[in-house]
Amino acid sequence: MIKFINVFIEAFPFFMNGLVFTAELALSSISIGFVIGVLVAISRTYGNKLSYSISTIFVESIRGTPLLVQLFIFYFAFPQIGIHLSPLVASIISFSINSGAYQAEYIRGSIQSIDKGQMMAALSIGMTKWKSILNVILPQSLIKVLPSWTNEFAYLVKYTSVAYLVGVPELMAQGEFVASRNFEFMDVFLGVALIYLVIVMILTWGMSRIEKMVRMPGV
Amino acid sequence: MKVLEVRNLKKRYDSNEIIKGISFEMEKGETVVVIGPSGTGKSTMLMCINRLIEPDEGKIFLNGEEITGSKHPEIFRQRIGMVFQEFNLFNHLTVLDNVRIGPIKVKKLPKDIATKVAIENLKKVGLESRMNAYPAQLSGGQKQRVGIARALAMEPQLILFDEPTSALDPELVGEVLEVIKKLAREGMTMLIVTHELGFARDVADRIIFMENGEIIEQGGPEILANPLKERTKQFLAKFREGR
Repeated sequence: MIKFINVFIEAFPFFMNGLVFTAELALSSISIGFVIGVLVAISRTYGNKLSYSISTIFVESIRGTPLLVQLFIFYFAFPQIGIHLSPLVASIISFSINSGAYQAEYIRGSIQSIDKGQMMAALSIGMTKWKSILNVILPQSLIKVLPSWTNEFAYLVKYTSVAYLVGVPELMAQGEFVASRNFEFMDVFLGVALIYLVIVMILTWGMSRIEKMVRMPGV
Repeated sequence: MKVLEVRNLKKRYDSNEIIKGISFEMEKGETVVVIGPSGTGKSTMLMCINRLIEPDEGKIFLNGEEITGSKHPEIFRQRIGMVFQEFNLFNHLTVLDNVRIGPIKVKKLPKDIATKVAIENLKKVGLESRMNAYPAQLSGGQKQRVGIARALAMEPQLILFDEPTSALDPELVGEVLEVIKKLAREGMTMLIVTHELGFARDVADRIIFMENGEIIEQGGPEILANPLKERTKQFLAKFREGR
C-alpha cells in the first residue's frame, strides 16, 4: 500500500498533465456530440424522407463500426486524401461523431416517449412545428434523457483513453509513459484506473444533482 | 359576418369516411354544443377546424378568411383556442408559464405584459394562487381550467372544446363547466363537443346532433327535450337510461 502511494505521488504530475487532455477530449466531444445528437434525433423524428435517410445511415454506420477504426480513419487514413489532422483534433472529431450517434439514439427515444398531445397543444396555440419542437418537445425530451445521457458521458470519459493510440498525451498515455520507465505496471495502471473511477463517480454524482434540479415534478 | 363557416367538410381514413360532408355556421358570441354517440367523428371534426387534422374536402372560414388551403395554419390557430380532453398542459412548465408561453413565443408580447395577461386569465378560471405549481401537482379539474386559461391568453375569436370533462372524476366536472358557462355569459364564441347533456341544455345557444359523420339534427336547446329525428330520440333515450 505504501509503495502504491509512493508510486502514485511520483506519477501524479504526469497524471495531471494527462488529465488535462482527457478532460479536453471528453468535454469537447460530449458537447459537440450533443449538438450532433440533437440535430440527428430531430431529423430522424421530424425530418423529411431525405434527412431521415441520411441521419439513419449516419447513426447505423457509426454504431456498427468500432470507435478505434473510426479514430484510425480520421488520423491515419485521412492524410491519404490530403487531410492532415493533429492527434487531438482527429480524436475529438471521431469521439464527437461517435458520441453524437449514440446521443442521437437516446434523444430520439426520449422524443418519441413524449405524449402526442404535447405537440398538438403547442400547435393549437399557434406555434409552428419547429417552435413546438424547440419550446415544448425538446425541453421535455432533454430532461427525460438525462439518466441515459449521463451513462453516455461516463462511457465517453473512459473511451477517450483510446486517443493514446494516436499519440494524444492523455491520462492513459501518461500512465504508459511512467510505467515504461519505472516498470511499476501494477501500481501505475491501478493509479490510472483509480483516477478514471473518481472522475466518473464525480460526474455521476453531479449529473444526479442536475437531474433532481430539472426534474418535472410528478412526471 | 360569421365567426366560423364550415362548408361540406369531409375526412377519410383509408376507405373509411369519418366525416361525410358537414356544413354549419357560427355567429359571434354563440355557444354551439355538439352531441352524439362516441366514435361518430365529433372530435375529428373539431380538429379539422384548426387543421390539427387535415380535412380531405370542404372549406372552412374564420371571420371570412379561408383556413383550408392556407400555407400557414398556425396563423389561424393563434386565433382559435383549443381545450383538450386530456388537458395536454406542458408538463415541464409551471401553470403561469403554460398560460404565457403562447403570448410570449407566438404573439411576441413583452414578458411583463404576457405575464399580466396570463395572471388575468388565471384569475378568470380561479387559479392565480396555483400559478407556480406544475401540471402534475394539480387535480384534473384544475388542469383543465389551466387549459382554458392557456387558450384564453391568446385572446381567441373562437374556442374549440374537445370533451373538456370526459377525463375528469365526476366530482371535478362541475368546476370546469362553471368556467365554460361564465365564458358563454361573457360572449365568447365556443364550439363544444361534450356528453354532458344537462350542461348542453344550460349553455348552448344551438345544439348539433352528429352521428356517423353527419349532422342529423340541429336547433335550439329545446331539441334535447323534443327531438324531431328518430335517431336523435334514440340517442337521447339511451342517454337517459344510462344516467
